[in-house]
Amino acid sequence: MLQMTEVKKTYRTELVETHALREMTVSVSKGEFVAVTGSSGSGKTTFLNIAGLLESFEHGTYRLDGEDVSRLSDDERSTFRNQKIGFIFQSFNLIPDLNLFENVDVPLRYRRMSKGERKQRIEHALETVGLGSRMKHVPAQLSGGQQQRVAIARALAGDPKLLLADEPTGNLDSTMAHQVLELLEEIHANGTTIVMVTHDQELAQRAERNIQLLDGRVSAEEFFEPQTNAQPLRATA
Amino acid sequence: MFKYNVKLALKSMRRNVILTALMVAAIAVGIGISMTTMTMYYMMNGNPIPAKSDVLFALTLDSWNPIRPFDEDRPERAPHQLTYHDAERLLALGEGKRQTAMFESSLIIEPVDEGEMPFETGARVATADFFSMFNVPFIYGSGWDRATDAAAEPVVVLTRQLNERLFGGRDSVGERLMMQGTYFQVAGVIDTWEPTPRFFDPINGAFQEINEMFIPYSLALSLELQSTGSDWGWKNEDITSFEQWLNSESSWVQYFVELETPRDRDAYVSHLDAYVGEQKRLGRFERPMNNNVYDVMEWMEYHEVVSNDSKVLVGLSFLFLTVCLLSTIALLLTKFIGKTSETSLRRALGASRKVIFNQQIVEVSVIGFAGGLVGLLLAGLGLKGIQYLYESPNGLVTLDWVMVSSAIGLAIVSSMIAGLYPAWRVCKIPPAAQLKTQ
Repeated sequence: MLQMTEVKKTYRTELVETHALREMTVSVSKGEFVAVTGSSGSGKTTFLNIAGLLESFEHGTYRLDGEDVSRLSDDERSTFRNQKIGFIFQSFNLIPDLNLFENVDVPLRYRRMSKGERKQRIEHALETVGLGSRMKHVPAQLSGGQQQRVAIARALAGDPKLLLADEPTGNLDSTMAHQVLELLEEIHANGTTIVMVTHDQELAQRAERNIQLLDGRVSAEEFFEPQTNAQPLRATA
Repeated sequence: MFKYNVKLALKSMRRNVILTALMVAAIAVGIGISMTTMTMYYMMNGNPIPAKSDVLFALTLDSWNPIRPFDEDRPERAPHQLTYHDAERLLALGEGKRQTAMFESSLIIEPVDEGEMPFETGARVATADFFSMFNVPFIYGSGWDRATDAAAEPVVVLTRQLNERLFGGRDSVGERLMMQGTYFQVAGVIDTWEPTPRFFDPINGAFQEINEMFIPYSLALSLELQSTGSDWGWKNEDITSFEQWLNSESSWVQYFVELETPRDRDAYVSHLDAYVGEQKRLGRFERPMNNNVYDVMEWMEYHEVVSNDSKVLVGLSFLFLTVCLLSTIALLLTKFIGKTSETSLRRALGASRKVIFNQQIVEVSVIGFAGGLVGLLLAGLGLKGIQYLYESPNGLVTLDWVMVSSAIGLAIVSSMIAGLYPAWRVCKIPPAAQLKTQ
């Protein structure tokens, strides 16, 4: 699904050069649930941004879902992101004055999709995360955990090949974090490839594999046995 | 996508009401002031009779002082009113398809009912062709015919307003009015007619209202009607009677002729030259031959109906609009920079730069539209103020559909121009820029 080979990324200012990724080589198989951990500054976020085609890189190759995406134009990257990648962010990144339906609608608006199909996908995604009855609410009316579930619904509505999660439970208390993690496991059980960046080792052990980064390189990898018996997702009203 | 972008624009405008209000106000003030001056300019510069402006001609004959020209600053110009004598002769020759001689006067209307006070009313004294030449609309009756002119019958055509005052607005054709000791029979009542500028008499005020009634020119002699308009003379003449005044070299009669083709125009100028040649042989018209006809728009330009001051004012108002738009650019930058997190998110979720750019342009267009609507309101108030200050008639200060759509169009286009740079800045925001910091 995801194959990065010797990818280098350097941030330059007038005074300093920061090597965020140093010839990183990573491979993620289709349907895998991978956690990426590392200390602050280890390159986790840069890796996720490059994996999600949010940033370019200066050296190496990157193949995603069988396509070489190393040198796509800005417009091509936008289209690729929209059609194949789902994002879940630490701070949810919902648009405050759009209701839940409209928030989930955002990525679908950038596809040439009929109104009826968008509606069906949005309703299904919100029902899947258990918020089908609150479509007209705005994010401020929800708890943090519920907001993250909306963000997950937004990612799911596009039916992505790859789900990228950046500290998805970082802003949540333990109960809500647990609920969100269970939801991710259910999504994974459904066959979606998930790459989750986290600094929480306990959380990382819920994945099938943990890739540890240090100074922009893969420093270690651990494989785990599945800890839950998550069932594939079903929509619930 | 356009409807979606409009919906997003309205939400975005509500998100920061004060900033939105400031932008709408900046555009509205600019549009309000520029449209006020533009409307004045447009009305002044407009064609008051588009259907016939190229077939109606005002005459000038140079019967002025042989020593000094009529206008020393522009010596090529002949006096732009005729003597009564010349007007009478040209009417009698009748070379054009239609022609009218005319002047302004005033008469006292004596009330039918005892106890009511007589009142003075402005009149245009003209020939029968006036109404058909200038496409005057009637609600009741019509103008009079040439036979009435020839017989000097006392008939009158009233404006809608005067008919309202005298007869309560009813069909008054056939009713009688007592003026100057003579009964006038009402021949017709004209509908609202506000040619702007008042092309047939820019000499006495291009932006004055039309006279309240019209009576036959041929009555001037019998009723000894004096002109209340401009009256120019150059010759020291011993005038002791009305008849002597009519036959003097004083110029106070305006003259229009209707000529259908350019060939007719050339022929008519030749006709004027022949007439003046004949007068020269009689000892008049001692200046070089200088006879001209001017169509309606030429006549407006001749009288500088649109002053240079007006043009400068329009220019200044558009400079002011530019300043307002520069302020709007600064406000838009502030607003759009406040939306970088949302823009980053939309980019991450698949919006291309073009999509983001279009979204911002639609938003500034909606702001421009709102600014245009408020600007129209301000322009309306500005025009009312001008009407009040200069006691202008309504016709000059009306925002017609052309000006309304121009105001909205100008507001939208200028806002889009103002929004280009801020929108370009926003669409350059990288998708990963703000996702962590939201």
